[in-house]
Amino acid sequence: MAEAFKFELVSPERLLVSEQVESVVIPGAEGEMTVMAQHAPVMTTIKPGVVTVKAAGGKEDRYVVFGGFADILPSGCTLLAESAVHVNDIDRADLARRIQDAKEDAADAKDDVARSRAEQFLSQLTTLEGALLPA
Amino acid sequence: MASLKDLRNRIASVKATQKITKAMQMVAAAKLRRAQEAAEAARPYSERMGAVLANITQAIGGGGDAPALMTGTGRDDVHLLIVCTAERGLCGGFNSQIARLARDHIRRLLADGKQVKIICVGKKGFDILRRDYGSLILERVDLREVKTLGFANADAIARKVIHLFNEGGFDICTLFYSQFKSVISQIPTAQQIIPAAPASAAVGTGNGATAVYEYEPEPGEILSDLIPRNIAVQIFRALLENAAGEMGAKMSAMDNATRNAGDMINRLSITYNRQRQAQITKELIEIISGAEAL
Repeated sequence: MAEAFKFELVSPERLLVSEQVESVVIPGAEGEMTVMAQHAPVMTTIKPGVVTVKAAGGKEDRYVVFGGFADILPSGCTLLAESAVHVNDIDRADLARRIQDAKEDAADAKDDVARSRAEQFLSQLTTLEGALLPA
Repeated sequence: MASLKDLRNRIASVKATQKITKAMQMVAAAKLRRAQEAAEAARPYSERMGAVLANITQAIGGGGDAPALMTGTGRDDVHLLIVCTAERGLCGGFNSQIARLARDHIRRLLADGKQVKIICVGKKGFDILRRDYGSLILERVDLREVKTLGFANADAIARKVIHLFNEGGFDICTLFYSQFKSVISQIPTAQQIIPAAPASAAVGTGNGATAVYEYEPEPGEILSDLIPRNIAVQIFRALLENAAGEMGAKMSAMDNATRNAGDMINRLSITYNRQRQAQITKELIEIISGAEAL
């Protein structure tokens, strides 16, 4: 039984989760990482993806986040998401719209740096869509 | 002297007005509660954001790799003012207070020989500022169609501002909005958001701000992602505070109007009753004197 720690998921509109959890899987910008209690202080940006929260009781919950960043301390973890929804509430039309936007961004990009960034974002979104579709 | 019929019509019309103001007050009260809840729900995010930002600026220690959005361009020649007001009137001095603060600011800047650009969020501020400084207004953001204020609205504004900044459109950006203190008091506020005022970075050193962080990716890269987001958050907060303030101001304005209408109805009814009585007396006198003459 792993030690529990405090996890908070906040979007600009509201506080989604604030509870004691065992572990959290965060889609970090440089790879997924699992955060458990007593994690070294890390600050990381996150890419669009799925956050898996394993509550202290062993119950698992999944949330879809679209970018943001995470502030991890030994005593707790705060995830500031640009927008976040529970996996069950995800709006497929919204996701499709975001992908469409990303495609347009990639097409409109002026220089290589912007284009590669937009394409990266687009691929992250399509991966996310792929991960969600069977669910 | 108004006839009895005129008075009756007048009383009926004031009563109708009172019903409307009363209804508006109740609608504003209900909306105020929702706006307040929204503002409260958004608070954790901006607080955490402040704490994280304080942390990261400490880590960088004002080093050379801080993005320009934070350090500014080093000049203060061109000012951008974002004036956030309500979309609708009938809320007391709410809009004109914000506009007055902005106007004083503009006058001072122009007197100092600075260049001023304005972005208006909300119709009312635009209407007021257009009269004097119409040529300075770059753009007007219309939120009238928006039912519930989302982060996306603020993000869109922030994106425009940042885009303008990157093109070298301005040096300093100030946000004007009304701070929601209570239902009866909203304080018009000017807040500098670009370059980020040092005060806002110093506060919010909450839990374990001294911890030594590992950064992934590099602090500079996180910061360049964070600062634009922070600007959006600040604008979002201003919009929410404004929404709550507008409803509060509207509620008290409509409460006053309802009370005034009540007073007016009382006064008019007294005049009406007196006149009716006078007419009855007059008719009686006519009948009696007619009878006596026989």
